[in-house]
Amino acid sequence: MKNCEYQQIDPQALPTPTPTPPPHHGKDTEKKKEPRRPRRKWEVFPGKNRFYCDGRIIVARQSGVLPLTLGLILVTSGLFFIFDCPFLVKHLTSCIPVIGGVLFVFVLITLLQTSFTDPGILPRATPDEAADIEKQIDNTGNTSYRPPPRTKEVLINQQVVKLKYCFTCKMFRPPRTSHCSLCDNCVERFDHHCPWVGNCVGKRNYRFFYTFIVSLSFLTAFIFGCVTTHLALRAQGGKGLVFALQESPGSAVELVICFFSVWSILGLSGFHTYLVASNLTTNEDIKGSWSGKSGEDVTNPYSQKNIFINCCSVLCAPMPPSLIDRRGFLPTDESAQTGSADIELPTLAAKSEINVTEPESVPPCVSDHPVLTHCSLCGVSLCLRPSTNTRRRSVWTLLCPALAD
Amino acid sequence: MAETHSLQDMRQQTAITAKVFIQRDYSSGTMCQFQTKFPSELENRIDKQQFEETVRALNNMYAEAEKLGSQSYIEGCLACLTAYTVFLCMETHYEKVLKKIAKYIQEQNDKIYAPRGLLLTDPIERGLRVVEITIFEDRSLTR
Repeated sequence: MKNCEYQQIDPQALPTPTPTPPPHHGKDTEKKKEPRRPRRKWEVFPGKNRFYCDGRIIVARQSGVLPLTLGLILVTSGLFFIFDCPFLVKHLTSCIPVIGGVLFVFVLITLLQTSFTDPGILPRATPDEAADIEKQIDNTGNTSYRPPPRTKEVLINQQVVKLKYCFTCKMFRPPRTSHCSLCDNCVERFDHHCPWVGNCVGKRNYRFFYTFIVSLSFLTAFIFGCVTTHLALRAQGGKGLVFALQESPGSAVELVICFFSVWSILGLSGFHTYLVASNLTTNEDIKGSWSGKSGEDVTNPYSQKNIFINCCSVLCAPMPPSLIDRRGFLPTDESAQTGSADIELPTLAAKSEINVTEPESVPPCVSDHPVLTHCSLCGVSLCLRPSTNTRRRSVWTLLCPALAD
Repeated sequence: MAETHSLQDMRQQTAITAKVFIQRDYSSGTMCQFQTKFPSELENRIDKQQFEETVRALNNMYAEAEKLGSQSYIEGCLACLTAYTVFLCMETHYEKVLKKIAKYIQEQNDKIYAPRGLLLTDPIERGLRVVEITIFEDRSLTR
């Protein structure tokens, strides 16, 4: 007996259903619908983000003080190159603008990368996934109010870790993932939302952020040192500091900016160096997740217990891919769900007889309406009225009951 | 054996789908691994061994993608020295393995899962949260 119980489906046809025209009596069935401009997934992204360059660049909706950060860096560096460099090149060495230039470029590139890179946003669960999770959770309360917080416990390296359920994204958050309320997204390995760069800092852009603050602290310290040297050289010979400042007013501005920022930036770099070395996130450090302050014996389950390995795993690990697929195209059925490709099979409604002829020739069946297709497993000719939903029609069900031979 | 079926018969045999979700396994940390527990809905569809083999192969490939080896260190250091601009021009190691995974899933679908009325969805399309298996069911198995 041939086993023809299950349909032979064409895997290629399913993930990206191609639109086919709804069948109409008497109309030319090969005429396609007016092609709409295919939309990209970023256009229907549910989080609070803004996209530029057709989805290539992603920023948080509130850019925070990113313009201020950029402005301060550009102004300080600009003044440095204009006012201090000529003097120092003449009196000291021409390496100074070179070093300054390299640091400045480094800072700018890493800042822009931190701001414009997807920090590790997790796409929201599809409705089917959410329904499946709901089924698994024993929900005994009524649905008129938010049910109590749902948690799941997992054991990671002999350490109990609680996974929380995210009501916005409708999924259990993976470990170290947190939901950023400013961006309204769950971000993997969430560190913090940095207003200075106008973006969350998470798994994918943490290395850019770390390089940014380290190179910025070098740049700030370098400019501070150069400006001090410049003013000291000018003030030599009893001329005094005031005279030096009058001659080079830009240096005064730089001095003030650098003096007030170098301490905070150096402090931040030091703090993040500690976090990198112990494979912690700012979020975990602030909450004290692994500090054992509640008296329990807790250790960081993600730490490799070796500073060098920790640093390498945080900064030199393979770059993870962006999970939100900003530039991917939506399925052409105008579904508003991002990244979901729900597949439903045709249902046979008891409506008028509508048939569509397939391009390939198949023998007509005895009921005097054209056969649509036939089962490739057992050769049975099938008359199957397609659903009027264009998306569903992309899945041909070649159902044939098992034939007792 | 060219038998035909009328529309009325077909109406009884409407296919319905169900979806099974293989969740992530976090026991070894945040690495991308999927649970190898065999779901009960697939019991009469596919061999348990076959299923576990597929999931294990996927887990191995994801582990390879995220592996911290000398190659990834060199890539990381080189990237840092160039202010990470190499990521704009070069395909990362992870992306190369993801392509391999996509090919593997397609191959598994063609050879093993489609003939049994099942379809694996690439986890990357679900944000690496789940492996979605769509079950195409025949409502009436008897005529």
